Amino acid sequence: MIDITSLSKSFKHSHVLRDVNVHVPDHSVTAVIGPNGSGKTTFMKCILGLVRPDSGTISINGISAIGSAQGRRELGYMSQIAQYPDNLTPLDLFAMIERVRSTTSTRKTALIERFDLGPHLKKPMRALSGGTRQKVGAIIALMFEPRVLLLDEPTAGLDPISTGVLKDLIMDTRANGATVLITSHVLSEIQELADRAIFLHEGTKVFDGTVATLLAQTGDATLERSIATMMLDAQQKQRAS
Amino acid sequence: MIGKLLGFALKDIARSKWVLLYVFFFILLTEGLLRFTAGEAKTVVGLMNIVLLLIPLGASMFGTLHLHNSREFIELILTQPVRRSSVFAALWLGVVIPFLAAFTLGVGIPMAAHGLIADPTIVALMVSGNVLTIVFFALSFLVGIVIADKAMSMGVAFVMWLFFAVLYDGLILWVSVQYADYPLEEATIAMVVLNPVDLARIVVTLTSDHAALMGYTGAVFNQFFGTMRGILISAGSLVLWTAVPLWFAKRAFDKRDW
Repeated sequence: MIDITSLSKSFKHSHVLRDVNVHVPDHSVTAVIGPNGSGKTTFMKCILGLVRPDSGTISINGISAIGSAQGRRELGYMSQIAQYPDNLTPLDLFAMIERVRSTTSTRKTALIERFDLGPHLKKPMRALSGGTRQKVGAIIALMFEPRVLLLDEPTAGLDPISTGVLKDLIMDTRANGATVLITSHVLSEIQELADRAIFLHEGTKVFDGTVATLLAQTGDATLERSIATMMLDAQQKQRAS
Repeated sequence: MIGKLLGFALKDIARSKWVLLYVFFFILLTEGLLRFTAGEAKTVVGLMNIVLLLIPLGASMFGTLHLHNSREFIELILTQPVRRSSVFAALWLGVVIPFLAAFTLGVGIPMAAHGLIADPTIVALMVSGNVLTIVFFALSFLVGIVIADKAMSMGVAFVMWLFFAVLYDGLILWVSVQYADYPLEEATIAMVVLNPVDLARIVVTLTSDHAALMGYTGAVFNQFFGTMRGILISAGSLVLWTAVPLWFAKRAFDKRDW
């Protein structure tokens, strides 16, 4: 689980996150949604330790994630842009992550098979397509059965078969008790995967609850409509204030 | 932890075509100068002038570019249970070590083939080239980390090279002309010590036969750089030119939002 209290972050004079309080439970897939510039990426990067918050606390399964390498042992992360050193092969990358974590992945071979990455294992990353690099990113994120999985636009660039495989793996990870946090612009994907949603608008948390509650609150039939309604409400409130 | 990451960083850079090109460029350059210039002394002067211009330029631009191009990879590594200082050290050493090896092989192989590898001037030239590689990769990492915008970062790295490799000598010349009526020996030595490129040039020149041709200036430089005090100050200056930018770069890396 992830516990976040009073999280704030600003870049120069721009407040990107304002006093965000969130509890993300185990056994859940939580979608972080919001319009462009709402603070989704900064929110995720704070949890990953890539961005240092101005104030607030973040704990992952009880271990502080701010300035602590140990807290990241439980994390798996898949980024939107799968860019890796040109001259390393997928096998080199998997070996590097294993060495950094001082452990061997028991799941790596099965994941390589499921993503059909076998023929590309010894090719340099520069020779791989964007979709294949994305598969490498998925395997890196999942190879240590993380207790907390963060996915930033995970299916971008993946073919339909690999997208299906990844969605199955995300659901398996959730079923095993992990906490999954996902951002995606494909709302049908969020509706399919997520059982909870956090809606951010201009760095402020506007909604935090189950997807069913979100739909009931806005009275819309689909998540897409529901989010559009919520965005319009947030904009109107902002104009009014 | 540094060692674990360094192995992979070295593997990536060592397989890069740029490092191979760098080795072959110096092999061709050194061999060409040895074959087509009249005498070893002229070869050293020609090689020195190119080395003192190209190594700072190559290290400044490649170091900055490498850091920006590795951004997503750095992000991936930083999400692993590893300290930022270890990632920084592995990144820097992973670039510096292959380029040190490339320069040493590129100049060393032809020199060894011609039986000149033990010549004090050649040794001084190779040591100076390696020191400049270390110093300018430290400076380029500082620029690359502090300035998040890639184009701006590359521009600043280029201006930095231009200043140390070209403009600084103009500054020394201007001071010499403006204050020609004053004794400038100590001031000139101080200015030379403050620029790693000039320091490398003087060290190589003083070990060659050309030092005699420098007349009074050569004697003044020899009097300073030939003493233990001069050697210690020069070495200290080069250590500071590496340690200070690296310390600031590591500090910026630790605090930077990725």
